[in-house]
Amino acid sequence: MSTKGTVKGIISNLVTVEVDGPVSQNEICYIQLGDERLMAEVLKVTGKNVSVQVFESTRGLKVGSDVEFMGHMLEVTLGPGLLSHNYDGLQNDLDKLTGVFLKRGEYNFPLDKEKKWKFVPLVEKGSKVEAASWLGEVDENFQPHKIMVPFSFLGEYTVKSIVPEGEYTIMDTVAVLTDADGKDHEVNMIQKWPVKKPILVHTEKPRPFKLLETGVRTIDTANPIAEGGTGFIPGPFGTGKTVLQHAISKQAEADIVIMAACGERANEVVELFVEFPELIDPHTGHSLMERTIIIANTSSMPVASREASVYTAMTIAEYYRAMGLKVLLMADSTSRWAQALREMSNRMEELPGQDAFPMDLSATIGNFYSRAGFVYLKNGKTGSITFIGTVSPAGGNLKEPVTEGTKKVARCFFALEQARADSKRYPAVNPIDSYSKYIEYPEFEEYISELISPDWTCKVNDMKTMLQRGKEVQEQINILGDDGVPVDYHVTFWKSEVIDFVILQQDAFDKIDAVTPIERQKYILDLVMEICNTEYEFNGFVEVMEYFKRIINVCKQMNYSEFKSDDFEKYRKELGEILEERRKK
Amino acid sequence: MATKAFQKIYTKITQINKATCSLRASGIGNDELATVNGELAQVVKIMGDEVTLQVFGGTEGIPTDAEVIFLGKAPSLKVSDQLAGRFFNSYGDPIDGGPEVEGEEREIGGPSVNPVRRKQPSELIATGIAGIDLNNTLVSGQKIPFFADPDQPYNQVMANVALRAEADKIILGGMGLTNDDYLYFKHVFSNAGVLDRIVSFVNTTENPPVERLLIPDMALTAAEYFAVDKNEKVLVLLTDMTSYADALAIVSNRMDQIPSKDSMPGSLYSDLAKIYEKAVQFPEGGSITIIAVTTLSGGDITHSIPDNTGYITEGQLFLRRDTDIGKVIVDPFRSLSRLKQLVTGKKTREDHPQVMNAAVRLYSDASNAKTKLENGFDLTDYDERTLAFAREYSDKLLAIDVNIDTTTMLDVAWGLFAENFKPSEVNIKQELVDKYWKK
Ligand SMILES: Nc1ncnc2c1ncn2[C@@H]1O[C@H](COP(=O)(O)OP(=O)(O)O)[C@@H](O)[C@H]1O
Ligand SMILES: [Mg+2]
Repeated sequence: MSTKGTVKGIISNLVTVEVDGPVSQNEICYIQLGDERLMAEVLKVTGKNVSVQVFESTRGLKVGSDVEFMGHMLEVTLGPGLLSHNYDGLQNDLDKLTGVFLKRGEYNFPLDKEKKWKFVPLVEKGSKVEAASWLGEVDENFQPHKIMVPFSFLGEYTVKSIVPEGEYTIMDTVAVLTDADGKDHEVNMIQKWPVKKPILVHTEKPRPFKLLETGVRTIDTANPIAEGGTGFIPGPFGTGKTVLQHAISKQAEADIVIMAACGERANEVVELFVEFPELIDPHTGHSLMERTIIIANTSSMPVASREASVYTAMTIAEYYRAMGLKVLLMADSTSRWAQALREMSNRMEELPGQDAFPMDLSATIGNFYSRAGFVYLKNGKTGSITFIGTVSPAGGNLKEPVTEGTKKVARCFFALEQARADSKRYPAVNPIDSYSKYIEYPEFEEYISELISPDWTCKVNDMKTMLQRGKEVQEQINILGDDGVPVDYHVTFWKSEVIDFVILQQDAFDKIDAVTPIERQKYILDLVMEICNTEYEFNGFVEVMEYFKRIINVCKQMNYSEFKSDDFEKYRKELGEILEERRKK
Repeated sequence: MATKAFQKIYTKITQINKATCSLRASGIGNDELATVNGELAQVVKIMGDEVTLQVFGGTEGIPTDAEVIFLGKAPSLKVSDQLAGRFFNSYGDPIDGGPEVEGEEREIGGPSVNPVRRKQPSELIATGIAGIDLNNTLVSGQKIPFFADPDQPYNQVMANVALRAEADKIILGGMGLTNDDYLYFKHVFSNAGVLDRIVSFVNTTENPPVERLLIPDMALTAAEYFAVDKNEKVLVLLTDMTSYADALAIVSNRMDQIPSKDSMPGSLYSDLAKIYEKAVQFPEGGSITIIAVTTLSGGDITHSIPDNTGYITEGQLFLRRDTDIGKVIVDPFRSLSRLKQLVTGKKTREDHPQVMNAAVRLYSDASNAKTKLENGFDLTDYDERTLAFAREYSDKLLAIDVNIDTTTMLDVAWGLFAENFKPSEVNIKQELVDKYWKK
């Protein structure tokens, strides 16, 4: 019999419940309010009194209301049909909800129970299987979606029966598995999993070593992220966190993209709803929406489900990784998640840490990031979750708990800079402060040099050195004045400006410039480094500026033209002529 | 507030502090309204049979035997077309001497719109001010604040924007307005002959500060009525949101909550987001656009209030006095309309996005030149030209007294480019230069 309780106290969405039986930490319960049932999660148990956070507004709730405990933690339902859906933080299908406004207490089943899937068995009667073994496969939006032994099954099982190839719903039994004690278990296409527990079904988690192509030059060329890697984008408001994440989500070379819109603007999610079905995945030619899942718990939606939303997204990502797929997960913004934790911790009157965040914030962030990664599955196949989170530091000051906690665990740091954004140098990623730890991994470097070219890393390093030198001479020029420094200084500075304008800056709203495949990035880097390694002749600094502005202008026209199109070649030729004008003989 | 016959009256208050009082009562709902000796209050905490009430007007002078009556409902507003043309206080009671409004009673501070039921904003709002229309184009369904120091004419600019925006309804939410500003709005709206399109909820500096916490929700409940029930284009003006946030801080401080940065409550972000996220474009044509004011202290946008606001709103309009031309301008660097790309070059001429960016870039070069000049360095010919450009750009386009249409703004900008620069210096797509460069 399930545990029951009665409401004893209410402060905002923190409710005290007196219980008549056992409850567990993080157990889900429902509070009866008139004919609505409000979902809540156990946060603290003190004897018979249990503190629960309600995932909804508690307006009108009274002392004495009935509470029913469910005997499980917050779970998501996993199965074919998740792709292309828009869920809230608790995995309610937003499209199935009725009415214009969100109604509290309205929950729904996240998948389609009627739809028939073409199931192809992958095991035979008598096969030995364990949790996450692939029993069969259905085609979900052109992706092979594996039907797996539920992750909660412990030990070894024998396949007693498996249905033949055919059309089945997610509710139909597709296999019967016999456990070591000879007990039979029916398996259909869905399973549930508690979101706060990582799905651990791999044998090994090596250091990420493959490039995850994003099409964003300042990332791929300068500070690449690895498949299965982690990265974060901190920046004051308006510096381009969301635009950068959206750009990555459109072009990245991933099988599955999960966007967790966590406590940010609803209109930004609407943008995804509108754009994604229209856009084409450059790698497969299918609509982008077909590979995408959106978890939208925007800023005015309940705070407690905002906290849940990132876990919901991560758990779905782990599910697809267990199928051997390449998943890209993005959360915008992890600071809003941390703030949700803070609001609750303050209400519970816990001892606050820095900036009133919970004491264990850093550990919580660390645990979350550690769920990403590149893995070898038990069948030898590989799967990955690449995770990129944004951070919204208060006042743009990076010395704050969320940024610091994230910096400890994320391996790529894409620092957005106010000054760059102010001068519209988008994406405003500061090329000197930002880093990717992956380029220090020998196995990653080896992979890159094979994929792109053996001298790639060397060229990228040269480019970074030039940027650094450009910055240094710029400071000198600012101190000493244009004519207080040798003309060479101006040349060095303007060469770094060429790198900035042509490689680093990229217009996310221009159809062509927005995406740069690796092949084209190689072309641009080669070209820009050729410009930078050329020696020129000038009489005075004014000439330097005018000359390089022309170079930048032509290169930008190239960036706006289809790769190797007639226009592109025309500008390339024009550039060649400009370079000849002043090349030192 | 009229009391109903069957309501139970409590007269034993057990605890009083600066903002709240507590008493024993049963069957009370969270967030429910009550009156304490006629003063409006709201349930903020229930523990067993002890109910804690936040008294909006403050607890000064409240005796332990005060008469407490629970009203059995959360704060609400009666909505109907009768709202149009009326002025109300924080509780939604008329302050213009007119009759009570009749209509359907709706709880204020209702839930948010399901994101999938929103439409992507796509209708341009023309204000005639180039600092807005050219550089930071507004779109119906957007939420955007003015960031301004208290001495800047933000209320005037906002009133201008409101009158030119062609909204079906303009809803004014005044928080901590001075009486003069209140009269100013009243005067401007009545002079423009638009009073019948205005609904005002006003809390002035003469009213208790905590009362103003109700203003945004009152204004937005009215806005939702017109936008959802009547499919109207509604413009909501909220001034000054800094006063609103200050009231939040007063309450949380009096209730001994742990403050986070700048003495603001840890929930400031969620509290502000709940208001601003009411801005929406509905597929049926109705929309709510929110234009707010957040006053700054000493131009500091890293303070919690503007900082959290910036993270929530779809951009901000930064007002600054340009001493070179002696006028207030919309600062092109710190201002941003995040929705502009939905309309620029689509609802406006194709060259709009590139012209806008090029002009701001050149203006930024001018500001570098100015720094050089201040540091005593010689200027290059290019520097001189950017400075000349900047002065005219500021005067002819950025100043808030400009009132022209967008195409004219673009033509003016091309004119300034041609006067001061060579085509290769402006970094604009060749095809646009070929078409629009003023020969
Ligand atoms: N790569 C880019 N190209 C062009 N404009 C950009 C780019 N990145 C950002 N922007 C501009 O900056 C604005 C704010 O970007 P956004 O990603 O929403 O900021 P954040 O999420 O950091 O607050 C956008 O609306 C857009 O105008
Ligand atoms: Mg953002």
